[in-house]
Amino acid sequence: MTPSAVRPAARRQPRLSGRTALAVSGLLAVAAAAVVFPLAFPNPLATTYGFDTLIFIAAASAWNIFSGYSGYLCLGQAVFFGTGIYTVAIGARDWQLTGDAVFGLLPLAGVVAAAIAVPLGLVALRVRRHTFVVITIAFFFIFQLMAFNFAFTGGTSGIVAPILNWAGATYNNPFYYGALLLAAATIAVSWLIRRSRFGLHLRAIRDDEDRARGLGVRAMRVKMAAFVVSAFITGLAGGLWYYFIAAVQPRSAFDPLFDLSLALMGFFGGLGTVLGPALGALILEPAQLWLTVQFTNDYLSQILFGALFLVVILFLPRGVLPTASERITAWRAAHRDRRAPVSPAPPAPAPPPPAPHAPAPDEGFVP
Amino acid sequence: MANQIYPAIVDGILGGGVYALMAVGLTLIFGVLDIINVAQGILVVVGAYLSYVLSVHLHIDLFAGLLITVPAMFVLGVVIHTTVIRPLRGSERTAMSLLACFAVAIILEGALYWIFGPDVVSLSASYVQSSFKVAGFYISYIYVYCFVLAVILVAAIYLLLYRSRFGRAVRATMQDPVAARLVGININRVAALTFGIGVAVTAAGGMAFGATSGGFSPNSGYDLISRLLAIVILGGLGSIGGALAASVFMITLESVVGIWSPNWAIVVFYAALVLVLTIHPSGLFGRAAVRAQ
Amino acid sequence: MSAELRTEGIAKAFGGVQALEHCTLTVPAGSITGLIGPNGSGKTTLFNVMTGYERPDAGQVYLGGRRITGASAQRVYGLGLGRTFQLTRIFPRLTLLENMQVATRRGNRPGLLARPGRAAGHRHVLGLLEFTGLAQHAGELAGTLSYGQRKLLELATVLACDPAVVLLDEPAGGVNPTLIRHLAARIRDLNRQGTTFLIVEHNMEFVLGLCHQVVVLDYGTVVAAGPPAEVAANPRVLDAYLGAALDDEPATAAPVADEPDGGAADHPLPAAARPDQDPGQGPGPDPGPDPGGAGE
Repeated sequence: MTPSAVRPAARRQPRLSGRTALAVSGLLAVAAAAVVFPLAFPNPLATTYGFDTLIFIAAASAWNIFSGYSGYLCLGQAVFFGTGIYTVAIGARDWQLTGDAVFGLLPLAGVVAAAIAVPLGLVALRVRRHTFVVITIAFFFIFQLMAFNFAFTGGTSGIVAPILNWAGATYNNPFYYGALLLAAATIAVSWLIRRSRFGLHLRAIRDDEDRARGLGVRAMRVKMAAFVVSAFITGLAGGLWYYFIAAVQPRSAFDPLFDLSLALMGFFGGLGTVLGPALGALILEPAQLWLTVQFTNDYLSQILFGALFLVVILFLPRGVLPTASERITAWRAAHRDRRAPVSPAPPAPAPPPPAPHAPAPDEGFVP
Repeated sequence: MANQIYPAIVDGILGGGVYALMAVGLTLIFGVLDIINVAQGILVVVGAYLSYVLSVHLHIDLFAGLLITVPAMFVLGVVIHTTVIRPLRGSERTAMSLLACFAVAIILEGALYWIFGPDVVSLSASYVQSSFKVAGFYISYIYVYCFVLAVILVAAIYLLLYRSRFGRAVRATMQDPVAARLVGININRVAALTFGIGVAVTAAGGMAFGATSGGFSPNSGYDLISRLLAIVILGGLGSIGGALAASVFMITLESVVGIWSPNWAIVVFYAALVLVLTIHPSGLFGRAAVRAQ
Repeated sequence: MSAELRTEGIAKAFGGVQALEHCTLTVPAGSITGLIGPNGSGKTTLFNVMTGYERPDAGQVYLGGRRITGASAQRVYGLGLGRTFQLTRIFPRLTLLENMQVATRRGNRPGLLARPGRAAGHRHVLGLLEFTGLAQHAGELAGTLSYGQRKLLELATVLACDPAVVLLDEPAGGVNPTLIRHLAARIRDLNRQGTTFLIVEHNMEFVLGLCHQVVVLDYGTVVAAGPPAEVAANPRVLDAYLGAALDDEPATAAPVADEPDGGAADHPLPAAARPDQDPGQGPGPDPGPDPGGAGE
């Protein structure tokens, strides 16, 4: 074997360092901008937008940890979001917590959501992908129904949060930074998973679950783990969101558009990549907020939202990040033809894009 | 108690026939195209609104109006398929189609809200309110008419599937699209037409739903789709007989449970779904290996 | 690092079709055993039962003396039994290296911080890629490979955890002769190092030239087993491929009917080229009944 044959595997580390440096510095710049944002734009509206966006960045990345990596589309993520909300809401109400003490409940939001994910996962993860999506939708409706009908959830009128005695001008800031922390942590976890053996197993499941099983992968455990992690983070996001909004009703806690938004952001940015969903949320959430303000008619903005979704699905099916990554790679290849064929290795931590060519043998005939 | 159960059962069976109509469309679409049309719920509502417009603004009889709404919805179905579903390609096709249908549903719901507003409306006709007495309790005429309509239409679909050339092509495509194509079946056309048929039945289903539900609004789509999804999965994705049986059974069950608790009656769907899927992950009638994913 | 694979009385039915019935066979440790039979004889079903993808209705499977009937696919692999598929299955969206790293034995728990491929494992995996001649593509996505390359990758992946026994489902199917020779050579190499093989194939040259013993399946039952020459001459085997009815036909019928009895003794079927001894001339005389084609 020629030296070049052995090099490709070994070369991955040193060859990437140039790109890694670029990517890392890019990320640091973005992080710095995010930290400075509330100081640069102290307008409460801006920080509200920022907070909302960060919550969705966290939620979309969490959704991606399960749905993106494993390929099982969960359209019931609102279940965990809403559970987190109600956990905190009910806790604050029943334990009569006031003021800053309510924040102590926040971890509980994640824990309860994760706990709920276990029985749901045990049922839902045993079925095939089509059915899985539908079951998650069913779960969503069940939870929404429960929220409407149970007394302890406050029924249709919902629950109101205790008031926080904070200064008006900087009221949003702790929420903003809390959300920023959550978003950053989620992306970090997503990255860790992606490069770990656990993440590899998830992605193998995504490509061919039966084959993965035949190679020793404990599919059920792996899926469950990702599902629970995803639920935990989403629950946390819900709890935090509740504090900010300070009131909850069944419809707002369990909102079908929430699930759809996560999926849209994930697909738009790039399903199964680390930064894709975050990017999707970063672009789409402010866009959606802006649309809602521009068109005060809710219904029109809903139509536009759906239309946007269709546009993304039809024209950007693999998402922004992988498509951009491929374009860059192709551009690079065209300009550096002398070197050995470079596999599409984009800057760390974003992983290689999904294969655009070579459809599976039984693909192709699509009605 | 007996006073309440019998009418509930009868209501359930009659109502189940109506749901069967919508569920058959849904399962047919899955069988041929391998996608779950989650817009079916809102499409039923669209059908209901169409009937509403024809009946209230143009004073056309509900059943006569079907002659207009059914073809119209058929065209809508074909359009949706051609513009949204068919262009989708690639390994994520199944997921994308589902999301695309979801997006279509969102758009349709928004459009309905925009045009009609959030208020609850209902379909009325002289025979909607009136009822007749059987064995000590009342049955509304409209329930019976709609049930008969459902029976006729499901039978028509059955005949189409099993007694016509087109139906043969559809069944061939359901079983093996590659092989179907090899024997000269234009599977794209089959798919488009099947989608059209699947949506066309929602016109009838919509009218029936609108007439028997006591009131609907653009919001009604969610309840509908959640019931339909449960029915179709319980009956086995792709199985027409299964959709039929599951519809009648589940709606009857809901009706009976509704005697005790109207609010929670709908939970029987979810509970049954979860139960069945825990024990037998491919539904009751469904093919054991639903298309490799 | 080898083991015996044995089945006893396996039965498996799908609806009305009895795919396997009284299926009893032994794959001796350290051997290369061929599994042949006409289409529909149950070969792939047998593989599925052995590797935990299907549960048998009756009968037992033993690996190295240990009962593994009904164990799940992941457990079976962990115990040292790997397989490939008739329609080559790989993970198209993972790189070749990652494909190899998916395979995992018990004890390799997928921790969050555990990177795939620790040092020793990494070298081993690279070694396998070199062994199959795919090393230069290690960083590429598996979906970009050609058909033949995928077959090699699938084989390499199965070998990643050093299984004691490997089941190959039509490894030579749809592959050019050079690659077939390459495959046969690799299998022989691995076998010398101790791996046991059970190979389903329709390519008779491949089977008869490579295998120490051959098992013949017909209608889900073993009808013959033994060294290749013996099996090839066995009239029951030829019946299985040609159909017993032909024996009853009058002598004026197709000359094919003549060959099995008279010809076999003089020209045992495997006399035709063996993969490694055939320096490029044609495949020689017709190697006999070959139902050919795909599909079980």
